[in-house]
Amino acid sequence: MKRTAAGLPVSYRLGVASRCLAALLGGYLLASMVSICIALLAPLPQVDATLTGLLLSFVFYLLAFIGCFACRSAWRAWLGVLLPSLALGMVNGLAYWMKNP
Amino acid sequence: MKEGFRQAMAWLHTWTGLIFGWLLFAIFLSGTLSYFKDEITHWSQPEVRSHALDPLASLGLAQRYLETNAGHSASWMIRLPSEREAALNVGWRDPEGGRRGFVRKSLDAQSGQPVEARDSRGGDFFYRFHFELQMPYPWGRWLSTFCAFIMLLGLVTGIITHKKIFKEFFTFRPGKGQRSWLDGHNAIGVLVLPFHLMISYSSLVLFMYMVMPAGILASYGGSTNGYFNDLFGRDEVPKVANVASPLVPFESLYAKVQEQVPGARMGFIQVQNPGDRNARVTFTQSSADNVAYKRSASWTFDGATGALLTQGAPESAAMMTSFSFAGLHMGNYAGPWLRWLYFAFGVAGTAVIGTGLVMWLGKRQLKHAKCERIPGELRLVEVLNIASMSGLLLAVAAFFWANRLLPVGLAGRANWEINSFFLLWALSLVHAVLRPGRRAWGEQLGLGALAFTLLPLLNALTTGQGLNHSVAAGDWAMAGFDLTALGTGVFLAWAASKMLRAPKPVAKRAPRAAKATAETVEVNGC
Repeated sequence: MKRTAAGLPVSYRLGVASRCLAALLGGYLLASMVSICIALLAPLPQVDATLTGLLLSFVFYLLAFIGCFACRSAWRAWLGVLLPSLALGMVNGLAYWMKNP
Repeated sequence: MKEGFRQAMAWLHTWTGLIFGWLLFAIFLSGTLSYFKDEITHWSQPEVRSHALDPLASLGLAQRYLETNAGHSASWMIRLPSEREAALNVGWRDPEGGRRGFVRKSLDAQSGQPVEARDSRGGDFFYRFHFELQMPYPWGRWLSTFCAFIMLLGLVTGIITHKKIFKEFFTFRPGKGQRSWLDGHNAIGVLVLPFHLMISYSSLVLFMYMVMPAGILASYGGSTNGYFNDLFGRDEVPKVANVASPLVPFESLYAKVQEQVPGARMGFIQVQNPGDRNARVTFTQSSADNVAYKRSASWTFDGATGALLTQGAPESAAMMTSFSFAGLHMGNYAGPWLRWLYFAFGVAGTAVIGTGLVMWLGKRQLKHAKCERIPGELRLVEVLNIASMSGLLLAVAAFFWANRLLPVGLAGRANWEINSFFLLWALSLVHAVLRPGRRAWGEQLGLGALAFTLLPLLNALTTGQGLNHSVAAGDWAMAGFDLTALGTGVFLAWAASKMLRAPKPVAKRAPRAAKATAETVEVNGC
């Protein structure tokens, strides 16, 4: 594939921009959800669970970031970050509601 | 990005590296300098003399000074002199004085009298710039933490891209233009890879409460205070009883701490409600004593009776993990040799980023080797490369020159040092725009060489504490600074001479390169 300055189709450029947003925002959402999930559900004292969630969140941000650029299309990138975030979000909502009724 | 995993990662490595490379270069360089923060401050304030360490005597001096000058204050702070910091620092809360209601004084460790040192931020400027980027709170911290994340991403994608990394590590082909840059980039990158991974991940750990607050908010509700109280195990300070009661001598409390942990060095000592029946004195062990920050290494005494009230709570495994990362990042525990190793690794990190930026441009310039002018976007990258690398070095030199040349009585002197830093940085950008690429590199590196080589001489002339004096007196912080400046100057002179000499025709490489790029050149049509 040629990488000439002006020769790239607009759809390709939009795809790259979309992936960047998916990685940046979607990845952050996923990482936040993971950190909440660990903070609320890990069988550790409150401060340790929170801390562990924070420490591990960046690993998931990194993986999500890489995944967004490695997958086959920008749509898959969005699905790849949003579906797990949604699932974790529901688990988190339930856990939060059980802790703070 | 249909090309497969490795190509996609190479693409990510290339483009995130380019966009954040300039900023990362500045963050790494200032961070590297910050490993010698106290030594740079010592050089910047030569009026502060170092004396043999005597913690007991210093503690007595500090207590007497504070009792005389800050008796009205509700809160005192003392930092004892250390191997790295010559001054005895005291401070107290005073709603009517000082910056943000806090007065600071540097005392001479022998006489206990305030030292009137020149107004300078010293090493603290580089330390703050490293993570605040001279931006208002909290934007600089956000941006620099994001840069750290991009660095981590760059490392991981870099490892994926160069999968034959250990084989390539033993391949160095000097004098081959673009090839040599790539070999250098890979070799340094692999050699210090564990350091790089540690340093970029730990910078995320340092500010994780800020950039990833969701977990804290979900677990602790709206406020983060509960989290910090749990994490650091803070004690409640009792209210003032309004019954005057003299403070016990701090020396006796120091002796009690030494009974618990023989040989412990004290970092800072905090006093609440001094002179009241509810006075509290807290000793915290110096961060130079442990790799990890230790909340357990603090002792709180009743200031009126001298009884030990509490010791810091022990740390859990999760706390030790995050405190260790924080400690490893800042390297306060490092002795002189390890500190130099940190410095060398920091320089290596800076070099990996710099070589990467040079390569990005070199690869693309090759395609336009036969054209008279390079396209606008490549010229932009070239200008930014020059200003962000050689320009930054010039700015650092300007800071140190301003420190020695600005009159001591100048109002806002410390700010003018910082202004000189940014002024020269801006000028280097203008210079890079006006001059052709190779000339601009050569001239800026040459000026940098001159500025750094003459710095020891300037120091000797303006303070009388030049190398002849500092080596004889055994003041290795001062001598080390001068020698490092000299070494930097020699290195820059070498780099400048390479740039200013007419570029060697890349004879062996050119025909092949021309063939390989002939097609693209035609497409580009210059």
